[in-house]
Amino acid sequence: MTILMTTPPIVQVEELLHDYGSRRALSGVDFFVRPGEIFGLLGPNGGGKTTLFRILSTLLRPTAGRASILGFDVAQRPREVRAGIGVVFQSPALDRKLTVRENLETQGRLYGLAGRGLRQAADTMLSRLGLLDRASERAETLSGGLMRRVEIAKGLLHRPRLLLLDEPSTGLDPGARTDLWEQLRELREREGVTVLLTTHLMEEAERCDRLAILSRGSLVACGAPRALKAEIGGDVLAITGADPERLRSEIERRFAAPAGLVDGVIRIERPRAHELVPAIVEAFPGRIESMTLGHPTLLDVFIRKTGHRFWGESKP
Amino acid sequence: MRRALAATGALLKREVVRFLRERNRVFGALAQPVIFWALFGAGLGASFRPSGGGAGASYGEYFFPGTIILILLFTAIFSTISLIEDRREGFLQGVLVAPIPRASLVLGKVLGGTALALAQGALILLCAPLIGIPLSAGMVGGSLAVMLSIAFGLTSLSFCIAWCMDSTQGFHAIMTVLLMPLWLLSGSFFPSAGAPAWLRLLMAADPLTYGVALFRRILYPAGGAVTAGLPGLMPSAVATIAFGALSFGAALALASRPSRKGAW
Repeated sequence: MTILMTTPPIVQVEELLHDYGSRRALSGVDFFVRPGEIFGLLGPNGGGKTTLFRILSTLLRPTAGRASILGFDVAQRPREVRAGIGVVFQSPALDRKLTVRENLETQGRLYGLAGRGLRQAADTMLSRLGLLDRASERAETLSGGLMRRVEIAKGLLHRPRLLLLDEPSTGLDPGARTDLWEQLRELREREGVTVLLTTHLMEEAERCDRLAILSRGSLVACGAPRALKAEIGGDVLAITGADPERLRSEIERRFAAPAGLVDGVIRIERPRAHELVPAIVEAFPGRIESMTLGHPTLLDVFIRKTGHRFWGESKP
Repeated sequence: MRRALAATGALLKREVVRFLRERNRVFGALAQPVIFWALFGAGLGASFRPSGGGAGASYGEYFFPGTIILILLFTAIFSTISLIEDRREGFLQGVLVAPIPRASLVLGKVLGGTALALAQGALILLCAPLIGIPLSAGMVGGSLAVMLSIAFGLTSLSFCIAWCMDSTQGFHAIMTVLLMPLWLLSGSFFPSAGAPAWLRLLMAADPLTYGVALFRRILYPAGGAVTAGLPGLMPSAVATIAFGALSFGAALALASRPSRKGAW
């Protein structure tokens, strides 16, 4: 662990800002990624993840601030950055008319591989990702999960030190998702690849070593999922009912428990919150519609940090 | 440098492999011009009485070089239209983040389209003797060189348009109001002699006019009625090469602009 702390970060983002015309997509984001980490950028769609991903993958120049990868500034030295990263886009970047092997070979030539070296690199990646028996099939015939695997094989062909993945689970069934994560972990163990991925799925974010949570273009929290959840502490009680604002202030007064209101849901965060459940039900007969008790989740972290619900999760 | 060339080669090869695996593209680019040629040749043959530049030839014969240029144009369009979606979500995203100069990307794409256009044009060119245009080895060589320059210029131009477009619908609009008139006004379809002055002016400003003139002058080395009134060999050659160079330069400049919008 001490070694990890002293090695320079693979990704360093400082005061990063981006505007599309008059709309601010990123407003001063700072974070870093250590070598060997699986690092997640979590946020609702429209929160700035894709903009950040595009800047890190050298597709977009930031309006202001700095992002460097492997010590190279992404805007000033894109060529060096490109040589050191593998990128897996959300929408498939495979040529559907080419076979799996042809896709890898085309990719390899873009990265200066040729001849026997290229064939060997392709074979290694195909076998590592369990694709050898599919090598001569056209990409268009593959399932979503297999296509994503080919994308990863393609992204790793030139042995990059950092793999960037944009929403890698999109369009994958639960089984393929589990496979994907096993493969990412294995690549980290065996090849020492650092992984940076974006996601809007809490369950995926839970699997990352560390997370940066983005909302409306700002970084609202950064840390290991467990540490972020521990910051909230205790339990979370979520209550719905008629006239929620009045109900909230009455609960607060009667039980001396600070209660928040987020999108019409009353939220109480405190240790031993379960003790409040029967008391509240009895105190407000007929006024409680539902009550949910749970340990804090990343969703709770998000709500606590932003004061609003996660976009896309706010609809019943 | 070697890596840049290898990347260009890989992208060129990919264009050709894709094309051969999409049978309906082969059909579309080749069949439509040939159908045009057959229908217009038959339909306009009886009323085609030009006062100059084309006199002495049947309409089928007059229209023949224009048919080949239409094949070059269609192939250029079909091979570059994929850029529009490809670079936002598709294969080209991966190319844009590869450590290669932008010139490799542009050259790979343009040469790929050019090679496909040239191969299809050559197939039709070899049919020339069937309609009464005898071919010598020199004529075939010269025609291929002209077709190469024209195809390179048209593919580059089409690249520029596709690169600036957000949607394929937009590309179709530009194709109808810009690329088709470019062909219609090139002297492929009707000679400029006998056209009103304003139209002749437009035709003289059309870079494709010089490609068509060059093509005709090569197919009719003895000159005569078919080439009467056309721009001369040297000016036509210079204009055609300049068109290719300028279009390619523009494509390269567009593709090298750093992006602030994210779609590149």
